[in-house]
Amino acid sequence: MHMSVVLLLCSFVLALGGLFVFIASMTRDLFGTAEEGSRVIFAPDEEDTSEEPAASPADQARLQAAMRSSAAGGSSVEMSAADLATRIQADQSSSGPVLLCLSFAVLWLVLGSLAGITSSLKLHLPDWLDGQAWLTFGRVRPAHLNAVIYGWSSLAGVGVALWLIPRLLKTELVGGRYAIAGAVLWNVGVAGGIAAILSGHSTGLEWLEFPLPAACLLTVGGALMGVPLILTMKHRRVKHLYVSVWYLGAALLWFPLLYAVANAPGVHFGVEQATMNWWYGHNVLGLWFTPLGLAAAYYFIPKVLGIPIYSYNLSLLGFWTLAFFYSQVGGHHLIGGPVPTWLITLSIVQSMMMIVPVFAVAVNQHMTVLGHFRALRYSPTLRFIVLGAMMYTLASLQGSIEALRSVNTITHFTHFTVAHAHLGLYGFFAMVMFGSIYFVMPRVLGREWPHAALISLHFWLVVGGFAIYFIGLSIGGWLQGLAMLDAKQPFMASVAVTLPYLQARSLGGALMTLGHFVFGAHFFLMVFSRKRREAGATRFGFLSMSRSDVSQVPL
Amino acid sequence: MSGQISEFKLVTGALAALALAASALVLMPYYLLHGIKPPVGLKPYTEQQLRGRAVYVKDGCVYCHSQQPRDPGQAPDNTRGWGRPSVAADYAYDKPHLLGTMRTGPDLFNIAARQPSEEWQLGHLYQPRAYTPGSIMPAFSFLFTEITGPARAGERSINLPPPYAKPGVTVVATQEAKDLVAYLLSLDHTYPILKAAQP
Repeated sequence: MHMSVVLLLCSFVLALGGLFVFIASMTRDLFGTAEEGSRVIFAPDEEDTSEEPAASPADQARLQAAMRSSAAGGSSVEMSAADLATRIQADQSSSGPVLLCLSFAVLWLVLGSLAGITSSLKLHLPDWLDGQAWLTFGRVRPAHLNAVIYGWSSLAGVGVALWLIPRLLKTELVGGRYAIAGAVLWNVGVAGGIAAILSGHSTGLEWLEFPLPAACLLTVGGALMGVPLILTMKHRRVKHLYVSVWYLGAALLWFPLLYAVANAPGVHFGVEQATMNWWYGHNVLGLWFTPLGLAAAYYFIPKVLGIPIYSYNLSLLGFWTLAFFYSQVGGHHLIGGPVPTWLITLSIVQSMMMIVPVFAVAVNQHMTVLGHFRALRYSPTLRFIVLGAMMYTLASLQGSIEALRSVNTITHFTHFTVAHAHLGLYGFFAMVMFGSIYFVMPRVLGREWPHAALISLHFWLVVGGFAIYFIGLSIGGWLQGLAMLDAKQPFMASVAVTLPYLQARSLGGALMTLGHFVFGAHFFLMVFSRKRREAGATRFGFLSMSRSDVSQVPL
Repeated sequence: MSGQISEFKLVTGALAALALAASALVLMPYYLLHGIKPPVGLKPYTEQQLRGRAVYVKDGCVYCHSQQPRDPGQAPDNTRGWGRPSVAADYAYDKPHLLGTMRTGPDLFNIAARQPSEEWQLGHLYQPRAYTPGSIMPAFSFLFTEITGPARAGERSINLPPPYAKPGVTVVATQEAKDLVAYLLSLDHTYPILKAAQP
């Protein structure tokens, strides 16, 4: 018992200590160059200039006018032609690997959604498609998870990261071919891994179902996709590394390590394997998807609006607190399980500490957007990303509360957890990725999105579908938990009570899937469009307009 | 900050955070649980039970069934017949671990003690709703073959309750179904655990 307390205290104190060391090491930046740091994403004289390639030219002008009128006394000059040329070069340098990653991401999203809706339907239609082993719930469900996690989310995150790297470092992407090789290996790994799950070769570990050969491909592929960041870093033309670079750099370093340790053959056993399983399962969220998503949000929100983020200091504090607190929360998946008490307590404490980085992100993103909500009307990118950022706050706070023993006793083992997982990975991460992809693709291909209406349709389908999904499943899961805790009710009561909510989830999931089909069709319509690449600066919408054009657009 | 200092901080910081987490959640459990001895009452799996465990893994039973009864102070798991709270030693032979995170269906850590009938287990796998009205468990009909006429020697047929039995059709369990049931019938952890054996 004494040993446990000592261990618990050690780990907590070390985490706090590490946190202070790194924050202290940056005080010079925090109190000196912080203001400049937040402006690294703009070229000289670019501030107060919005950038939104996903909006129609008219909306771009409206967005610009809205931002300029709210920026009293803002800059009235434009970025120089030389800076614009550098920007265009940076964008073009990454287009190959970015297009490859995003195309496969969208493909996996559609396939993963089909597996998801199939699993959802099977939970209330248990005799549907029961004749074939590969279609049984216990295989289709992990196929869904792995397709949307490793196929869609990871490739979307890496694709957006590869596009952000040259922009953030103000140079061309170096070593793009490593990313291409990595993405190819990764896709082969995902396809092979999912085929293995469906054909009955899963490892049986949640989030780690891919058998060893596929896992090796993902480890090597993941590491290769991070190489361009290291190489480009050496050629960077910025002194200060913007907060997004910190998130991206750490994420690209963390993933291969996490995944390699988790898949180490012959090492893990019994209950130790379970703690490792959730060390991985939660860190792949906290140290892979969350930083990739936040890096994008920290870039696109201020970039679209043309104003720096509210508090740059807070963003760096948020990064280090995320690193030191989020990494230890995994044990909360085993509350009540046969694991050492100190481990559970540590994870619960760190889950509560997560409120710090979440608060840092929430204040920052909300305060940056505050007063500019009109911009959401004109910018599809912002609409998705601002909503995603709000969902990040919600999902994280919900996660902290869910880790409390009293709440966890009800929600553990129920659909409530599934709803929570989707709030984080879909409400936050997928939404941020949708917004980012809408911004990035016109820059990658040099043409506009073919149909603005399809972007709106996609938005409303996934937002409406997800609202039904999340609210329905959360209520159902909570009731399921309460019924299971009531010894007077038979177990079957906890099943029966969920049925209408499982049906609601299928309805929500069907709308989301439909939204993904719209998105996928629009995406590939754009990729395979015969329209020629528009030359240079015209792609930067309003920048080619004269100032008087902007002021004449009706709002 | 200038030169390569940022990169250095990023890499060391990221590695320090990850190393701390790995020590707490992977290394410490590894050393604490490494030498743990199986309880006297726990038998190693037989070959057939291990084959059945592989079927449990590949058909994803873990996505709906946990194997970790909770303490009576936290939840009425024991009252439901799911057994005493499990301890790390109970899992000495488990690779991969199948603790599970969902209870769409009941906990199975002591299913053999609760439902020891092989006949029931086989029939329930073939059509859960024939035995548990309202069940949403998938029917695992692909683990069975339907033949006309009576079962031949050596074949294990199942007798379904009336509304589900089809006249003239005999449902025969495949080897996989028999293995899976052998594994389920090994899930009996009702032997006593000494306090000292707990971590």
